[in-house]
Amino acid sequence: MAARPTALRKTGRVLLYLAMIVAAAGILLPFVWMVISSLKTNNQVFTAPIEWIPDPFRWRNYVDIWIKGDMVTWVRNTMTVSVVVTLLQVVTGSFAAYGFAKTRFPGRDALFLLYIGTIAVPWASYMIPQFQMLSSWGLANTLYSIMLLQAFGAFGVFLMKQYYESIPDSLCEAARIDGLSEYGIWWRIMLPLSVPALASLTIITFVTTWNDYLGPLIYLRDRELWTIQLGLQRFVGDYNAEHALIMTGSVLSVLPIAIVFLLGQRYFVQGIATTGVKG
Amino acid sequence: MATPVVDNPGALGLPHPVPPRRRAPRTSLKVRNALVGWTFVLPNFAGFAVLTLIPVLLLFYYSLTSWNIFGNADWVGLENYQRLVGDRSFHIALGNTFYYAAFHIPLTIAASLGLALLLNQKLRGAAFFRTVAFFPYVTSIVAVAVVWNMLFSPEFGPINQFIGMFVGGELPGWTVSKDWAMPAVIIVGTWRYMGYYMLLFLAGLQTVPTELHEAARIDGAGVWQRFWNVTLPCLRPTMFLVTVMVTIESFKVFDLILVMTEGGPGQATLVLSQYIWQKGFEQFELGYASSVAVVLFLICIGVTVVQFLYNKRRDA
Repeated sequence: MAARPTALRKTGRVLLYLAMIVAAAGILLPFVWMVISSLKTNNQVFTAPIEWIPDPFRWRNYVDIWIKGDMVTWVRNTMTVSVVVTLLQVVTGSFAAYGFAKTRFPGRDALFLLYIGTIAVPWASYMIPQFQMLSSWGLANTLYSIMLLQAFGAFGVFLMKQYYESIPDSLCEAARIDGLSEYGIWWRIMLPLSVPALASLTIITFVTTWNDYLGPLIYLRDRELWTIQLGLQRFVGDYNAEHALIMTGSVLSVLPIAIVFLLGQRYFVQGIATTGVKG
Repeated sequence: MATPVVDNPGALGLPHPVPPRRRAPRTSLKVRNALVGWTFVLPNFAGFAVLTLIPVLLLFYYSLTSWNIFGNADWVGLENYQRLVGDRSFHIALGNTFYYAAFHIPLTIAASLGLALLLNQKLRGAAFFRTVAFFPYVTSIVAVAVVWNMLFSPEFGPINQFIGMFVGGELPGWTVSKDWAMPAVIIVGTWRYMGYYMLLFLAGLQTVPTELHEAARIDGAGVWQRFWNVTLPCLRPTMFLVTVMVTIESFKVFDLILVMTEGGPGQATLVLSQYIWQKGFEQFELGYASSVAVVLFLICIGVTVVQFLYNKRRDA
């Protein structure tokens, strides 16, 4: 009789593990299929039944893609934009967050509310006036437009403010009494203390910018300016029968982000959890 | 004792007479502090104002003009909005946006909450599973759409091959069929975003006190009862946050549709964001597109405000 609850619990555990494995397999399946297909010939991609192990492995796809697509240019452009945006976002975001979290000025809270409010505003609703404005300044069809588009988002300010508020004010007070200016406090005390939050913001911004498709789609016309997302999408249009090669391109576009994500996963997760604490 | 008031006015509840000289440095200190505060906010705010706030304000103005490819932005009043009332494509886009939201919101909440509860069981391999579940969210929408489109391929796609093992007869045409394109997009949208909300739920679950669960267990509450009467009420703040975020995300769905179906087949998956894009950047009816954009803007803000008010009333 006493064994029943434990037996029941054991079956429960087994079922939970089973659920976890099935869910994980289901979620990962598209990626598995992507990698497998990238190593096939076109005719092998769609077969019934599915060929789970390519025979033979066609590594040549990973050479061909660099010739057929402008991968080098795309990666270079994407890298440039992502690095610049991340730098701008981290510096101006943490700077502004200090202003919101640790200094007082009239209108501060209203201003912050304005930032938060724009999180509910879809970019699609104001992309036309924004495009018009940037075009009139001659910035359309340049990489600068993409940099500007992404660099001043509300997210960075919000994330950093949440973190700064967890640092006690007494620390700033003590520094003020010791004669440090507000800028000094930001630079010498807040920045070093907020390294985990800065890491979160860096990795999240980098990944978002790398993955952005709509900005480049609207702003970048010239081939030599395309980012990897735009390039990949155009490649799909140009070679829509080259199933295997398209998968190869997809793998290559995901790979850098997969590496960055796996290395900095902890910060990524923490950053998202931080923004979720308060709402 | 003759002049106590002068010696210590505060003791009698009278205000200290403030010497006028002291006042000047105090206000200047306040001004200085305010200026310092502004200098911190300014670099980011300048970019934010120019790239977000001003375009949002301009949007309302543009929606009242006949601005088109020839560049004449003549004031036309509410003409664009009158045109919206009779525009069938706009109605379809509006309907599809709500169609997507109506399924994407509950599905994503259920899936992400389920994943979070599973992860919270402290099973071995949970860290790996968290990575897996979150991975779709960090991969690029283009790669995701390309892969899913192939998976959904009606004849030899893996998904239909799988379904075909269990069901006979006609299989769904997915992205090439008018009836199945939207379900396909909803499935991919849910698959992509559930890992993100799972993280929020997981953070929320850490705040549920274990004593409550223990007490309920001793009182003989089953798994389901404990979930319904302990976990869910404790998760209310997180649930609210997630609901607001998923709702906004649903109504602004754009890139997913654009890369998966381009709104097709026909107009089966045309949504508001994409209609703005079509009208504005393909047909250059910028004034008219702006009026569609105003509608999208108002829906998103409106839904968010309603949710906040509702949450406040339940709190009260």
